[in-house]
Amino acid sequence: MKKIVLVDDEPNIIMSLEYTFKKNNFEVFIARDGQEALDILKTEQPDIIILDVMMPYVDGYATLEAIKNNEKLKKCKVIFLSAKNKEVDIEKGMQMGADAYVTKPFSVKKLVEQVNELLNK
Amino acid sequence: MNSGLLLLILLFYLGLLFFIAQWAERKGNSKWTNNPYVYSLSLAVYCTTWTYYGSIGVAANSGLNYIPIYLGPVIAFPAWIVILKKIIRISRINKIASIADFISLRYGNSRFLGALVTVISLVAILPYIGLQLKAISETFHVVTNSTESTNIFEDTSTYVALVLALFASFYGTRYVDASEKRNGIVTAVAMESVLKLFFFILLGLYVTFFVFDGFDEIYTKASILEGFQERNTINGLEGGMNWVMLIILSFFSIFLLPRQFHMAIVENNSEKHIRTAIWLFPLYLLLFNLFVYPIAWGGNIIFENQDVNPDMFSLLIPQHFENTFLTVLVFLGGFSAAISMIVVSSVALSTMLSNNLVIPYGLLGSLQKEDQEANSGRIVRVRRIGIFLMIILAFIYYRFFIMDFSLVSVGMISFVIVAQLGPAFFGALFWKRGTFKGAVAGILGGMLVCFYTIMLPFLLSSINPESIFFKEGFFGFTFLQPFQLFGLDYLEPIPHALFWSLLLNTLLYLLISIGFKANYRERNYAEMFVDIDKYIVNHENAFVWKGTAYVSDIQKVLKRFLGDERTNRALSLFKTKYNIAPDDMMADARLIKFAENLLTGHIGTASAKILIESVTKEDKISLPEVLKILEESKENLIINKKLTETSKELKELSAQLKTANETLVEKDKQKDEFLDTVTHELRTPITAIRAASEILHDDEEIPIELKKQFLQNIITESDRLNRLIDKILDLEKFETGKQKLHLSKGNIVETISKALSPLHQLFTNQNITVKFNKQQQFVLNYDEERLIQVITNLVSNAIKFCAEKEGNIQISIEVEQADFLKINVYNNGKGVNPSDLETIFDKFYQSNNQNIKKPVGSGLGLAICKQIIEAHKGKIWATNELQGVTFSFTVPTNLNLNV
Repeated sequence: MKKIVLVDDEPNIIMSLEYTFKKNNFEVFIARDGQEALDILKTEQPDIIILDVMMPYVDGYATLEAIKNNEKLKKCKVIFLSAKNKEVDIEKGMQMGADAYVTKPFSVKKLVEQVNELLNK
Repeated sequence: MNSGLLLLILLFYLGLLFFIAQWAERKGNSKWTNNPYVYSLSLAVYCTTWTYYGSIGVAANSGLNYIPIYLGPVIAFPAWIVILKKIIRISRINKIASIADFISLRYGNSRFLGALVTVISLVAILPYIGLQLKAISETFHVVTNSTESTNIFEDTSTYVALVLALFASFYGTRYVDASEKRNGIVTAVAMESVLKLFFFILLGLYVTFFVFDGFDEIYTKASILEGFQERNTINGLEGGMNWVMLIILSFFSIFLLPRQFHMAIVENNSEKHIRTAIWLFPLYLLLFNLFVYPIAWGGNIIFENQDVNPDMFSLLIPQHFENTFLTVLVFLGGFSAAISMIVVSSVALSTMLSNNLVIPYGLLGSLQKEDQEANSGRIVRVRRIGIFLMIILAFIYYRFFIMDFSLVSVGMISFVIVAQLGPAFFGALFWKRGTFKGAVAGILGGMLVCFYTIMLPFLLSSINPESIFFKEGFFGFTFLQPFQLFGLDYLEPIPHALFWSLLLNTLLYLLISIGFKANYRERNYAEMFVDIDKYIVNHENAFVWKGTAYVSDIQKVLKRFLGDERTNRALSLFKTKYNIAPDDMMADARLIKFAENLLTGHIGTASAKILIESVTKEDKISLPEVLKILEESKENLIINKKLTETSKELKELSAQLKTANETLVEKDKQKDEFLDTVTHELRTPITAIRAASEILHDDEEIPIELKKQFLQNIITESDRLNRLIDKILDLEKFETGKQKLHLSKGNIVETISKALSPLHQLFTNQNITVKFNKQQQFVLNYDEERLIQVITNLVSNAIKFCAEKEGNIQISIEVEQADFLKINVYNNGKGVNPSDLETIFDKFYQSNNQNIKKPVGSGLGLAICKQIIEAHKGKIWATNELQGVTFSFTVPTNLNLNV
């Protein structure tokens, strides 16, 4: 079973994501901000992380940087999930090393497809 | 009185004046020296010893006849505001330094006319200066009870004249540029004007109220004197004619006397000063004349049947009563009147002598070869020697020619001669057709008549008073009798001479001007003089000149007189003014005129023209062409003026646009940020709704519990979305001023209680203690609903941020500065980051700062609070406490928005 970490400070969004990925046979971990995510990553080595950008305490960018600096997480894919949908925001996210950038609001179905695609590469 | 002592007093007095002049010179253009009162008082240089002593003589001998000499200037004053302003403007832009410059420039910048005016002025004024020296000398001898010594080297008055000559020649020539202002002399003259008037009034009061018992007694006693009646009537029509001629004479003099032209025009610092002068100067003359009559007739009473000179009454009366102190004061007053006249006249005359006679006819050639330093020294030396010689000459003249004449007669002759400049002068101001030939013919004709009707008889009578010339005229032609020319027998000699000389002068000026064409240069200046107001701004444009000239040649000439630095500065200013490229090698008409102006103050108008001509090549130009160019330049000037105005307006407009644009850019940036955050905030609930809806739509196997949970999420997020939209609209309404407050009187304590009551459940749930004293009362004007919103928001925030254990919230009310009420909401949670204390009230503050745990809320709450409080004209702010944080806001106790 593939492992996925969902990071977002909006509980209602998390709820939909959690339901969907569980249904698609993922082992799901949940974090409400970057710090919680990094705590989880100390013990877990997920296949993919879905990461919100604007979060309190430690935001998505800082979290991604920490992930990129972690040797153990080299293979881990990261998808940014953000309401910041301007060209510059997307470019910035991709340059920082995200594997994909999905803008909010998003289609749950398509997100799952995208995740699967990334994992099957 | 001892003559040594009086001499000492005189020297002290001169030293004082010298000190004032020095002081004023150092002060430069301060408000002490450059003000309308100093200007108006300096014009009183008109009142010489003639006024001080002579008027009394006239009043004692012939009653009211002293009055016309003062009526002329008084009648002239209403016209001053127009005429004087015009003369000042013409003189300022053309750098005119004397009346000779003025007249000669108008008639084609003629060297000959300048010299002619100078000679006439010298002929008229030198005896007049002599007259002042005579007055000083005579009064000196009266005060010291001494007699005049026939050996001039033993006579003290000789040395007084010498000192005066030195003083004037030193002080009158401080600047090479004669059109510069001489603050020192002007201030000293103004001071002397005050003193001479003050001493004279003092004497008047003394005679009227101490010697006699008021005006009534003088009149009663005088009226029984012999000849009182005859001496105090105007003498019918014939006397009236005499009066009219004398009024005309003095009207002319106030403009034409070189010293008056110098004080009123050359030394004028500001046109505005005329406004003070037109009332202050007539008032001065009135005050001066107030006591002439009582003193004169008081003297007649006291010295009845004694052989005394009535000119000396003002000294003899106090002396008669052995009041030495007053005698000396009166003497000093007279002395002031004399030296003012001598100094100013000699300065004015020496400028003419150097700039209009010596330099253009002699010195110019050698000046052309020297450098600036040598030239400046030379010019100043010429003027200095000029002043010195003039005063000495006047002294000699007085010693050998006018010993026996009264003060008034010599003064009158001066006036008549100077009046010959009148037609050309006033014509220059108002008549464009006046020509050089007309002006010269008029002046020469008038002078000829003057010579025949007064100067010749005057000289003859000093040699042979019984000459048959007076009775039978020239070669026995009786109609050529000098005092009754062509049978005109009812005028006194002076009015008679004035009548015939001015008549001939004016006729010649008019007829010859009309009969002979002017050359183009005369026509050019006629335009500039008469229409001065049109050319006042860019006057160089009005100068017509065609030919070839190089900037470098002109520059070389200028440097000889102005030096390198001033020349370069002036030229660069000129180029900036007319927008000329700095490397433009060819000079145009404007530069020619500009260069002439720069030189004019140093060497006079005519020499300036000659010098510039020597380095340029002028093409012939016809009169119609000049008129055409002038017409064009007049149009250009108007267009130019309009363009300048428009460009000024445009500049202002573009500055306004720039600020507006900057504000817009800033606003735009803020709007972008705001929109960014708004869209982000709006997308978040939409994202939740969309995700939940999609799952519900696609997944039919979803358990019923979970289904309900997703539907509940959709409802919650929809509500959140709606609240957010409400708040955004709310905020926008406040920001754009569309939101109105509904003020009503209420007790703020009750309002706070109302706001707290729905929150009680939360306090209990989270175990928070709340402290608020409900037993107070503060009644004021506010929008209750809005303040409830503010308090709810602040208290909700306090609940969110207060300490997790033993949470504590305190609400308090204070009176702030009598007219404000301050409400504090304190919680004991974590403080606000100091750098965020202000930004906390910005829109979407929380979402812009990731270091604060994101609480439930829109991020607009505090921004709306701020808007509400500011609409109430209060303030809102946050303060970190030792433990916790306080949010405070103020509301005025007496709010009245008056919208």
